[in-house]
Amino acid sequence: MKTKLFPGRYESLEEISRFVVQEAEKAGLDENAQYSVELAVDEACTNIIEHAYGGEDKGKIECICTITGEGLTVELVDHGRSFNPKKVPKPKIGAKLSEVKSRGAGLYLIMNLMDEVHFDFSKDKGNRLTMVKKKEK
Amino acid sequence: MEVTTTQYKRCDLVKPTGRIDGSTAPQLEEALKAITEAGRYKLVLDMSDVNFVSSAGWWVLIRTQKTCRRYKRGEVVLACLDPKIRSSLDLVGMGTYFTIYDDVTSAVGNF
Repeated sequence: MKTKLFPGRYESLEEISRFVVQEAEKAGLDENAQYSVELAVDEACTNIIEHAYGGEDKGKIECICTITGEGLTVELVDHGRSFNPKKVPKPKIGAKLSEVKSRGAGLYLIMNLMDEVHFDFSKDKGNRLTMVKKKEK
Repeated sequence: MEVTTTQYKRCDLVKPTGRIDGSTAPQLEEALKAITEAGRYKLVLDMSDVNFVSSAGWWVLIRTQKTCRRYKRGEVVLACLDPKIRSSLDLVGMGTYFTIYDDVTSAVGNF
């Protein structure tokens, strides 16, 4: 298990990506799966900065990577606002260009790129997002 | 990320390099706005040196596409898109908003 703490600002995204891709590679994930982890983590951290903290430099993002027999588990912990993932609207696939709205694409990507996604919101311990990416069999 | 732009007779070629994420997307948006605000709406994005695009980057391209296609005055087309990036674009259904070319010459030649 490896843990790193990052400042909650957009500039951290590149460093967070480097960290999780390195761990994904060590876990034996192929290039496509590594990109899925990189994108899902980037989208999740962007949401933490934008929605949980409501802006940059309001709090930290803790990133925990655990290599398991089946692949990689990434946990992201923040201490900002919680939310109800079920209430985030899904992006409208096939909508006209003029009607496309930007909300919800990040969460939709996370749900579709990762094999398991779990949210845990606690007043004491903060918000924890757990994502699992499995190796191709 | 760096962005270089080249103005041709029929279109503008924009070449970003590196990552397009929440941190760098505003820089790309600024470069694209400079072109559309000058009244040029036919854009080719050479994506050959882009290794990562998050949804923050796609929204910049979609906003620019909306501006360019208004009054049918132009379009944003993409060239040399990494297959991994393309499949994530298709996953959220955004792939349908862009014509994607395998090489820059064909993309520029389309205008």
